Amino acid sequence: MSSQHDQGKKAGAFVRTSPPASALPPASTTGVVGWMRASLFSSLANGVLTVLILLALGFIVPPLVKFLLIDAVWSGSDREACLPSEARPEIGACWAFVRDRFAFFIYGSYPIGQRWRVDLFFALLAVGVTWLLWLDAPRRDLAAAYMFVVVPIACFILLHGWPAIGLARVDTALWGGVLVTIVVASVGIVASLPIGILLALGRRSQLPAVKVLSVTFIEFVRGVPLITVLFMASVMLPLFVPAGWSPDKLLRALVAVAIFSSAYMAEVVRAGLQAIPRGQYEAARAVGLGYWPMMRLVVLPQALKATIPNIVNSYVALFKDTTLVFFVGIFDFLKTVETARVDPLWATPVTSTTGYAFAAMFYLIFCSLMSRYAKGVERRLDVSVQE
Amino acid sequence: MDQGVPVPATSSEAPDGGSAVTIEHVHKWFGQFRALWDVSLTVQAGERVVICGPSGSGKSTLLRCINALEDYQQGRIVVDGKPLTRDLRRIDEIRRDVGLVFQQFNLFPHLTILENCTLAPIWVRKLPKAEAEAIAMRYLTRVKIPEQAQKYPGQLSGGQQQRVAIARALCMNPKIMMFDEPTSALDPEMVKEVLDTMVELAHDGTTMIVVTHEMSFARQVANRVVFMDAGQIIEINEPSEFFDHPKHERTRTFLSQILR
Repeated sequence: MSSQHDQGKKAGAFVRTSPPASALPPASTTGVVGWMRASLFSSLANGVLTVLILLALGFIVPPLVKFLLIDAVWSGSDREACLPSEARPEIGACWAFVRDRFAFFIYGSYPIGQRWRVDLFFALLAVGVTWLLWLDAPRRDLAAAYMFVVVPIACFILLHGWPAIGLARVDTALWGGVLVTIVVASVGIVASLPIGILLALGRRSQLPAVKVLSVTFIEFVRGVPLITVLFMASVMLPLFVPAGWSPDKLLRALVAVAIFSSAYMAEVVRAGLQAIPRGQYEAARAVGLGYWPMMRLVVLPQALKATIPNIVNSYVALFKDTTLVFFVGIFDFLKTVETARVDPLWATPVTSTTGYAFAAMFYLIFCSLMSRYAKGVERRLDVSVQE
Repeated sequence: MDQGVPVPATSSEAPDGGSAVTIEHVHKWFGQFRALWDVSLTVQAGERVVICGPSGSGKSTLLRCINALEDYQQGRIVVDGKPLTRDLRRIDEIRRDVGLVFQQFNLFPHLTILENCTLAPIWVRKLPKAEAEAIAMRYLTRVKIPEQAQKYPGQLSGGQQQRVAIARALCMNPKIMMFDEPTSALDPEMVKEVLDTMVELAHDGTTMIVVTHEMSFARQVANRVVFMDAGQIIEINEPSEFFDHPKHERTRTFLSQILR
């Protein structure tokens, strides 16, 4: 301050005569040490938290690693392999059990000779998902058509069978495992977006009948738990259809999941719609666009882009919620684990723990992939907004 | 409040190509608030009309009524021979003939400049893409920003965005161009580029209805100036008469406030 006063004739005036002394930030604020100071020990409370978390990790991680990896049994043909013995007093996860029942976890009771059809279904789905989610992929409009029209029809024929073209019918009661989980989640995901968009538009519609119907539907479905919707679909749906035609059990669950996820999707989309300024609607109207072109070309592209993270979020929730179909007697992945773990052939003290650990990892991997994708898209959109 | 009696429109100079817009005794309320009060105005084809007045006087509302963005409760509006009714198809038809430029530009941020300009020609007029793009480039060249065609609106300055908005409206080949305070949201140094574009349009004989406070623009291009206050038309006159010899007390007050 004093030099400033020296250089200026009057207090407050200043003219720089030489460059400032140091050009580099202090060493203590950069590099690893700087990062640790800033992120882990920036204050006393933060420091205490860091230490506590390290302690907690110290308690949790070593036993977990010991159980899941070090003491784990990797091969064997029955329970004998996973029972404690003189040679191995401590037995960890019984991965031999998972290996032995792996096909059951994936396909359920789908006939062994027909399982290539399930594999083909997974492949078709994987192609569609990759094509649709990879933002720089060519012809993503075709990808949407493929995913929302071709895949559902092809997969229904493939999995359910069509004797006329040589695909034997496989009753849905035989479907199970990851296959059912993926089918239920995909149907929920594929159906919920278009239906959710229509419901969201209906809720904001100027036509009173459309509006009331949409609001009633959304609020009713959102007001009851998924398990209730599932029970209603499996118990009450048969009451509404002609006698003698009882819809398939899996189909009933699929309808329930689609209804439930659509209502939630409708609210997500509505939030996106509300974020679009009125001027966009007016500009679209002023250039002569009608309602549907305006929505399709101007409003929805912006609204959906802004809500991609939220949409994926509800997909993650939906994916986990599919486990509830087990209560209406559907053999999803969790149910196969449940069944296999009580199988006397593999009954050991560690079988249940292993089964659940495997299930947890399965859901964890799928859900974190989805949220990582959402994060990536979000970051990309942020960048494009800043441009 | 006395009923403002509009001074009869004596537009001897105005080009007479038949009436482009006829507004007869239009009343509009927002709830209990009277936004338009017995408004009558006829704009001839090829004529340039500037509407001015204090904020809240109903000038923007009037423009928006002509484009059916707002409803009105009483009276009659005829645009290019087509009466404005609640018939949606009729409204879209009228909107096709009336270009509107907004104060806030309202470009579509998710589309490039070129796509902004081709959207309506492709989807409303059903032009082939190549033809729509050729038209768009012609108008973008006319507003002097053809080189920005592949950019997004967010990458342009306010003045450039407003010129794109003008080009976007022109691409529909409208019979009437309306401007709702087109320079009010712009930084001062960008006002001129937009006004220049509008002056050029005026010289081409476009029918224009412009809500603005740019009085130099009004003097330069308007055939008539309309002054509105509290939802009523107070005075209509040729620019020289209007600015030099305002007749109504409220016009004089208004002019003395903005021309200082």
